[in-house]
Amino acid sequence: MRTAYEFWDILKSHQLTFFAGVPCSLLEGVINAGLADPAVTYIPAVREDVALGIASAAHLAGRRGGILLQNSGLGNVVNPLTSFNLIYRIPVLMLVSWRGYGGHDAPEHLIMGEKTPDLLHTLGIPQAVLEVDTLEDNLQWAVSTMEQQQIPVAVILRKAIVE
Amino acid sequence: MTRYEALQHILAHLPAGDLALFTTGMISREAFNIGDRAENFYMIGSMGLLNALGLGLALQVPTCTIWVIEGDGSTLMSLGTLPLIATCRPGNFFHVVLDNEAYESTGGQPTISSTADLAALAQAAGYTRVWSVGDQTSLQQALQACANGTGPTFILAKVSGRAPEGLGRVSLTPEEIKRRFSQVLTQI
Repeated sequence: MRTAYEFWDILKSHQLTFFAGVPCSLLEGVINAGLADPAVTYIPAVREDVALGIASAAHLAGRRGGILLQNSGLGNVVNPLTSFNLIYRIPVLMLVSWRGYGGHDAPEHLIMGEKTPDLLHTLGIPQAVLEVDTLEDNLQWAVSTMEQQQIPVAVILRKAIVE
Repeated sequence: MTRYEALQHILAHLPAGDLALFTTGMISREAFNIGDRAENFYMIGSMGLLNALGLGLALQVPTCTIWVIEGDGSTLMSLGTLPLIATCRPGNFFHVVLDNEAYESTGGQPTISSTADLAALAQAAGYTRVWSVGDQTSLQQALQACANGTGPTFILAKVSGRAPEGLGRVSLTPEEIKRRFSQVLTQI
């Protein structure tokens, strides 16, 4: 398992310091470390689409932005992804927690848990599942992909990868 | 006061360098036809998303004044963003709602803003300055008055009237809108 501080160090090395999000228990450590870090801006958005709108502003200002959300909130970003980010070509790093992974979770997480990769694929959002040993490479790929393609990229966080 | 007249007053009032974001539908189309400028950003889809983008911009470029100009339908769709904006307290955030109590682009179906008072909601959300206007003179007065001072500012302008016949669409592509607007921002 990697620490949330290591995780933020990687994000900061990619000039990713402007985030908005909606919490998830799997993101607890990451969000709390971000809130405690004076180099990081984290806006507690009221919905996932609001988070995406806020973070998208960073690109317009020539910087990078990201959102943090639970995969159950992916439904709330379908509209802004398809009728805003993907057509204006506004890249945002999407850190998506993966509840319902492997079919072992509370009932409300099982369907989206199964559909998460398919949904991102259907929307045309490039995605990578974060792994302990390849965290740096996963995030390097995500940042270069979003810069090259100028679209949002999702990195998916399962349990016990970042504490 | 028609929405077109309200937009004419707003665009005439905007100093060069102030960034103005316009919501999807008739508001973008009218603003584009009245007074397109490089500092204008037209959100041609994603109804309800504009005020969140405006909040992000206000935080990203605190030296610029950000105008978010949207309709009652758009504001109602993202009502939770109002207290978020008020909580973040960007002094450079100016929110104008052109309230015709209808979804005009789709045929004039009623919204609920004839009973839900958007100015009172903004006040309750914590906006530091709120104006509610219903005619051209009071809109001009509010625009002049709000130039002095800061704080998340909200102007509710009750408007009427339909869009002019044959009103053109925004002729820029989404990527062109973004590129032009970003260029202005990165030159600041």
